[in-house]
This record gives sequence, C-alpha cells and structure tokens, in this order.
Amino acid sequence: MIKFLLKGLMRDRSRSLFPVLTVFIGVFLAVFFYSFMNGVLEDMVRSTAHYQTGHLRIMTQAYAKEANQNPNDLAFIGVAKLLDVLNEKYPELIWTPRIKFGGLLDIPDEEGETKTQGPVSGMALDLFSSSSVEVRLLKVKEAIMRGRMPKEAGEILIADEFAKKLQVSPGDTATLISSTMYGSMAMTNYKIAGTVQFGVSAMDRGTIFADISDIQVALDMPDTAGEILGFFPDDIYHEKQAPMVAAAFNQEFKDSDNPFSPQMGTLPEESGLTDYLGLIDSMSIIIIVIFVLAMSIVLWNAGLMGSLRRYGEIGVRMAIGEARGHIYKTLILESVSIGIFGSVLGTLAGVAVSYLMQMYGLNFGFLFKNSALMISSVYRAQVTVGSFVIGFAPGIISTVLGTAIAGIGIYKRQTSQLFKELEV
Amino acid sequence: MVEGKLIQTEKLVKIYPMGSSQITALDQVNLVFQAAEFAGLVGPSGSGKTTLLNIIGSLDAPTSGSVEVLGGKIENLSHREAAALRNRSIGFIFQTYNLLPVYTAYENVEFPLLLLKIPAPQRKKMAMDALDWVGLADRAGSRPSQLSGGESQRVAIARAIVKKPELVLADEPTANLDAKNSHHIMKTMVHLNESLQTTFIFATHDEKVMRYLKRKISLDDGRVEKDEIIKPEVGK
Ligand SMILES: Nc1ncnc2c1ncn2[C@@H]1O[C@H](COP(=O)(O)OP(=O)(O)OP(=O)(O)O)[C@@H](O)[C@H]1O
Ligand SMILES: [Mg+2]
Repeated sequence: MIKFLLKGLMRDRSRSLFPVLTVFIGVFLAVFFYSFMNGVLEDMVRSTAHYQTGHLRIMTQAYAKEANQNPNDLAFIGVAKLLDVLNEKYPELIWTPRIKFGGLLDIPDEEGETKTQGPVSGMALDLFSSSSVEVRLLKVKEAIMRGRMPKEAGEILIADEFAKKLQVSPGDTATLISSTMYGSMAMTNYKIAGTVQFGVSAMDRGTIFADISDIQVALDMPDTAGEILGFFPDDIYHEKQAPMVAAAFNQEFKDSDNPFSPQMGTLPEESGLTDYLGLIDSMSIIIIVIFVLAMSIVLWNAGLMGSLRRYGEIGVRMAIGEARGHIYKTLILESVSIGIFGSVLGTLAGVAVSYLMQMYGLNFGFLFKNSALMISSVYRAQVTVGSFVIGFAPGIISTVLGTAIAGIGIYKRQTSQLFKELEV
Repeated sequence: MVEGKLIQTEKLVKIYPMGSSQITALDQVNLVFQAAEFAGLVGPSGSGKTTLLNIIGSLDAPTSGSVEVLGGKIENLSHREAAALRNRSIGFIFQTYNLLPVYTAYENVEFPLLLLKIPAPQRKKMAMDALDWVGLADRAGSRPSQLSGGESQRVAIARAIVKKPELVLADEPTANLDAKNSHHIMKTMVHLNESLQTTFIFATHDEKVMRYLKRKISLDDGRVEKDEIIKPEVGK
C-alpha cells in the first residue's frame, strides 16, 4: 500500500511538488535563520570575551564600579602574587592581566611639532612573552595589516584605520599623552611596529595596542593591572564551571569592606549579555512557533486544494470499499513522506548554505560603523546540532498538521452521494 | 458461488427531503435477487434506479423497510462495516469509468486487492487474470489517459470483478460508449456472469444493454411496475 501511495505521489506533481517545495523553503529558512543567529551570537560572545571581559574577569571593587571609564587610579596592585595564586588554585584556566587606558596620540613631524593628533583608547596586554595567550586568542599576528609584531619595549601596534587617519606608518614615532595612576601627566614616545585590523568595529577605530610592561612603566603602574582575565583553554565559555570558580574566588578574596580587594565576575555578568542571550532564546522559540503555524496554514490550504482535485479519486476509493479512516490514514502517510522529504532537503540546503557562510562570512561591517558592540563586521553562521533539528521536526509536524485538518473533509462526505458525484 | 438468495428488499422506501416537501424515490420495493443473476433496472429518468443500486450497494441507507445483502441488513451497517462489505463482495461500474488517473490499468485493477491485503504474488496473478478476462492484458502498463472510452470501461470492469465479488452493480455502464464498445463490454460481462457466477445488476435506459438481460425490472416513480424473466435476444 505504501508503495502504491508513493507511486501516486511521484506521478502527480501537484500532489507532491508544491507541498515539498513549501516544506523545503520553510525548513530551509528556519535552519538558515537558526544557524545565522547562532553564528552572530557565538561571535558576539567570543568577541566580548576576547576584547572585553574574558570568560572570567577580576577587578578591584572600586575599579569595577566605573570600569567603562578605565579608572586606573583604582587598579589592582600586586598582580604577580595574585597570578601565582590563580595559577595554583585554578590551573584549568589561563590568567592574563590587561590595562585599558585613554589619552591623546600625537604624531610629530621632523621638527618634533605636532603633525596630527587624535584621542586614543589603548589596550595593554601581553604581546612579548613567547607563550602569550593573548597573541593566540586575539589572533594578533593574523590581524597585522602592515608592519610587524612589536618585538621590544617601546613598540606598539595601532589600528590600521586610525593609522591612516593620523597619517602614520610602521616605523614612525607616536607620542602617547595620558595620565599616570596617580594623576600626573604621562608622555611617552613609541615606535609604531605595525598596524592591525581585527574585524570588530569597536576595536578597529581609535585604538592602540601595547605590551603591558610598557604601559606599566608609562603610567606608573608597577605590578598593577586594571583587570585580570581568565580564559578557558578551548576558548569556549563554560556556563557551569565559570560561576563556580567566580564564587569560590569571591568567597576567599573579596572583602566587601575593602574597595581595593579583588572580585571576580563571569562573562555574562560582566558584559550584560545575560538578558540578551535569554531574548535570543525566546526569539528562536517564537520563530519556530510562527513557522509551524504559517506553514501548517499554507499546507492546510494546499491539502484542501489537493482534496478538491482528488474528490473523484477519494469517492471511487470509498465506493470500492476503502473505509474513510483508511483514506484519512493514507493521506497522513503521504504527508509524512512529503514532510520527511521536504525537511531532509530543506535541512541539507539550510545547513549547506549556513556552512558556506560559516566558512566565508558575509561582510556587514558598514552596518556597525559607529557601534560599540563587540560584534564582528563579518557575519558567519554557525552550524550546530541544533541546525539539523530545528527545521526537521517543525517541517514534518506542519505538513502532517496541515493535511490532518484538510483531510477532515473526508469524514463529512456522504457515501450516499457518491454515485451522483461520480456520474457527473 | 453463493447458492440461492443473494439480495432481498422488503417494503423498501427511500424518501428524500426537498425543502418543505419530500420526494419518494423508492416506494414499497419488494425484490429478491438470486445468485448469478444478470438483471437490469430500467425505467424513465428519476424513476429510482440509481437510488436502488445505491442502497443495495450499501452506499445509502433506506428510509424504511429492510434490505438484506449477502445475509446482512444494510440498514444496520456502520460506515466501516459497509465499506468492508463493498470491499469484499461488491464491485461497482460507473458511467464515467472513474479510473484513478495517476495509476496504470494494472494498478487500478490491483487496488481493490491491496485493500484486501492479498499477498503480492497472488495479487499480481489475479490482476493480470482480470485484465485478461476483459481482453486488455497487453495494456496493463497504460494510464487511463492513454486508453479509449471502451478500454477504460473494460479496465473498470476488471477492477470491479478482480476480487471475484458476489455482486456487481453497474449504473449506466454504456452511456458514454458507442454501439460497438457497448456490445463488447456487455459480452464481456455476460461471459463473466456465466464463468464466475457473478450476479450483475444494471441500471440503464440503453436498448443495447437490455438485449443482454436475463431479467428486466421496470421501475416507475419508485415502484416496481414489471419484473420479467426474459430470454436474452443476443446469443453468447
Ligand atoms: N440526494 C437526493 N436528494 C433529493 N432527491 C434525490 C436525491 N437523489 C435522488 N433524488 C430524487 O430521487 C428520484 C430518483 O432518483 P434516481 O437518481 O434514483 O433516478 P434514476 O432512475 O437513476 O434516474 P436517471 O435515469 O436519470 O439516472 C429523483 O426524483 C431524484 O430527483
Ligand atoms: Mg441514475
């Protein structure tokens, strides 16, 4: 019987092609959207971890209160000792200190007079040590556009766009005008080793990158850092483990009465992404519900049209002695095959396109020109197990649901009218 | 196959409501059909021929009176039981053939056997035999759209008889056919009636059909006017 039904399906395009196409398109869109959102999300989380908060972040309580203003006068003193403790207690994480600072970058001409000048936000991190986790995580080497990596004290990197704006090139000198931890003015000359572009709009504008030891000297911050970041070695935020580490750390080191005692926060806490992630979760559910409803309605109508066209056929089958329940079952069976077929194709196509987008990305940087979000300007989808599941079940459910509603008409059919219907 | 009485109607009445009034389509019909009959219902349009076939074929229920088909009372059957009765024991032939367009001649004939869950090898043999009886074994792979009207009706006959039912009901089977094809299919059915002992009941105005009948029941206004055993005018 199933073979018989499938033959009918294959031969009658209007019975198979339109529903399969509908399911295909619906499933394709669902899979693609899902993977796309996943990709954007994943990317946002990763960028935020890399450039802003780490998977875990330690600051003094005082610093934390005004963290976005880089209050280096409130930075944590005693980094080396704390790092030793961290490495001993939490060796499963990689700990690395950073200093964020603001200031003015001044580019002198041959005479030493100001040629160009601009406000700068700087990030000091471990660039020099050969085992630097920062260089690896941030892909600093890959981000270099012109010039080379800084090799020795006094060398910095500058965002490529910024360099163009200030008309400086690798090899030129730049003067950082900032203030020390204790509030006096700091002026330091650096040699620009290279220019970088990370593909994250917020990092690619007015930014310089220096080794932390250089900045500690320049801003009078020996053994001091604004923040110490912790990363899981696989570069993935572990949502179970991270809060446990933070809680244990705070239990031991955080002293509510001492604003200069360190406190540790997790990526979601530090970034405020928690609500955002929840929003995206519920959005996925809404998308799927709408998708199932809309597709069910389309397929229901297709089913109605189909059963109108097949009115005669169904009548003959009833006359031949097929029970109404059996006909209904065969219609459902047909729809299951259509659902499976359309969903498999839709899922494969959706995953394939998403995968291409994962590999090659799509540049939407122009959209984020002025954005402070840590979001890459190149969009990549992310294919996960969910990508395979997300469209499949809804695809089949909506096909069957649509047919099930449309097929109810069979039960309204009066057998007594069959002869008359069939005679016309 | 079945000996003796196959169908019995007693005081069969069918009334259709028509707005405020009613139409009496069948009025006190008492008829008995024996196994292996070759009978026709004749009469003017609206006389109740189709209505009577419907009720005998368990597609419709009587308003009052009783109809016994193969030992079961039609008026007591549920939808499912009626479908099972049609599936097992009754073949239908329609004026407009009503083949399933997406299936080949062979598959159309095979369909009732699929419903009966007959195993594949046996099914194939039965379907090919039926096509053979109507002389269309060589057209097994053709679709209805590739068949002439006469051929289509012969496939429909094969589909009606493939399961060797006790009863075949044919409502105006020749209405859409020319003389040559009409005679051809009537001869086919006479032959099946005699070789398989299948009971045939026709509803017809067609003189050509009447010439083959062995019993002619004249209906008028829902009543049986005449019920005569006749010697078929046409030989076998
Ligand atoms: N579903 C129905 N509702 C109302 N009246 C009906 C219905 N079916 C049949 N009738 C009426 O019952 C009477 C008998 O109809 P029936 O179809 O049995 O006639 P018939 O002998 O088959 O006619 P024909 O030779 O034109 O096919 C007619 O008056 C018809 O109008
Ligand atoms: Mg009629």
